[in-house]
Amino acid sequence: MNEASPRPSLSRHGAGAQFLETVAAWILGFLWILPLIYAFWTAFHPSEFSTRFELLAPLTLDNFRRAWEAAPFARYFLNSFMLVTMVLAAQLVLCTLAGYAFARFEFPGKEIAFILVLLQLMIMPDVLIVENYTTMSRLGILDSIPAIGLPYMASAFGIFLLRQTFKTVPRELDEAARVEGASALQILWKVYVPLARPVYLAYGLVSVSFHWNNFLWPLIVTNSVSSRPVTVGLQVFSSGDQGIDWSVITAATIMTSAPLLVAFLLFQRQFVQSFMRAGIR
Amino acid sequence: MSRGAIHGWLLLLPAFALLALFTHWPVLGTIWDSFHATPKGGRPAPWVGLENYQVMMADEVFWKSLWNNLWYALGTVPVSIALAILMALWVNSAMRGRTWLRMAFFTPTILPMIAVANIWLFFFTPQYGLLEQVLRPFGIASRNWLGNPDTALACVTLVAIWKEAGFFMIFYLAALQSIPPSLAEAAALEGASRGYYFRRVVFPLLMPTTLFVMVNAVINSVRLVDHIFVMTRGGPNNATSLLLFHVYQVGFSFWDTGYAAALTLVLLVVLATVAIGQFVFLDKRVHYQ
Repeated sequence: MNEASPRPSLSRHGAGAQFLETVAAWILGFLWILPLIYAFWTAFHPSEFSTRFELLAPLTLDNFRRAWEAAPFARYFLNSFMLVTMVLAAQLVLCTLAGYAFARFEFPGKEIAFILVLLQLMIMPDVLIVENYTTMSRLGILDSIPAIGLPYMASAFGIFLLRQTFKTVPRELDEAARVEGASALQILWKVYVPLARPVYLAYGLVSVSFHWNNFLWPLIVTNSVSSRPVTVGLQVFSSGDQGIDWSVITAATIMTSAPLLVAFLLFQRQFVQSFMRAGIR
Repeated sequence: MSRGAIHGWLLLLPAFALLALFTHWPVLGTIWDSFHATPKGGRPAPWVGLENYQVMMADEVFWKSLWNNLWYALGTVPVSIALAILMALWVNSAMRGRTWLRMAFFTPTILPMIAVANIWLFFFTPQYGLLEQVLRPFGIASRNWLGNPDTALACVTLVAIWKEAGFFMIFYLAALQSIPPSLAEAAALEGASRGYYFRRVVFPLLMPTTLFVMVNAVINSVRLVDHIFVMTRGGPNNATSLLLFHVYQVGFSFWDTGYAAALTLVLLVVLATVAIGQFVFLDKRVHYQ
């Protein structure tokens, strides 16, 4: 996103009004970030300061240590990491192949197949939990990481996004490669994929943040420490019998959000740009 | 079939097989199962006709969830869209600190809903929560925001708005940046006020984005129930039970899969209506080509 140059200002908009508007924007921005500031305050201070706001309250990392020791978060992080990696890898391969088929091939039933793919934009796996649970049970893979990822691997969103991108690749490039004797898959790999790199980055960021944050389906399909992602782990931890030590729960909350939060703060522009790119269709 | 046609289908096949297994088949299965009892002890489930639907008609929690979900949608969709437009206009202007503002507005989007729900739960805690501490000096009586059926739904709606507005802002930001600056210059030359320029130029140009965002917001009002698990578990007295949450309870707390399928079908009908509505009434301008 370019840092926009000042627009020519419209009339009847005095300096006073502009000042008030800036103040209003800052207040809204502050309100928006307030829950997060509050969480950081609570997590980094001893629990007696969790509801008292004194500037000189001592800082501590003790809440994080206690949260880390109270539940197998290391394993949860590993599970989440394996989940997002597995899902993204499968999505990239499947959506690339399908997007290429829709963009550059003519085959009988193409129109209807495309509509059947787009159906998933409306009816996401998130609402088909009852039937998909039965399917996973029949496949005998309940309580496993692949079971969490499988319903999302063929992503209509990804197929659509890549189809749109591949359609913008000039046919001449395609034909030049064909004249040199390249096969369909070689052309895909050598011509289309490199040109779509920014779209892959955008899609990857959206996918990773979606699956890191996903909760309901993993909650249903997992049942043990060895397969739970961090979101479900956090829920099990915070609804368990820890007592209500808010400082520890908040520390755990920040811990589970930390990887995305840090990545976001470091690569803010890329994140915003990626969500923008992925949304324009 | 030509070689191209065979190649096309072969490329599509892996993705299509997974879609069929985890989207198309479950949709058909939902319809089929909704006319069957819940299978017991490995025997196939008997056909029960409309019995699950009769149960649904008599299920007070279902009706309560339906109404709650309607209010939830009516709360989240217009408010988050209006806020998103406002945020985008601010972030896109020459305002001081707009990079900071963009970050503040967008941050909720990338955080796990289940995690931030914990923060909000603490925020709403009676007596100790931040909300109470802020309101106390104004003499507003202490109350249990999430434990009171009158306020609980509003609280979870607020959290959903907070989570979504910054996400929708991004789409408006993209749309605003595609409006040629010459339009604003022309309006300025004509002496148009800022409000007039927004109403007559910017807002109409944002219309396709608004339609797109609206469809997503409606889908999210069906889908976004994670925070219910942390903040209220559907309570008090089902005041915050939403349809998908009710499906979860029936399907995975009571293990009544036949009835859960019937409830899921209600969700699918809602989503299909949105899809058809978008296709027929709204989306004439957006072509998938």
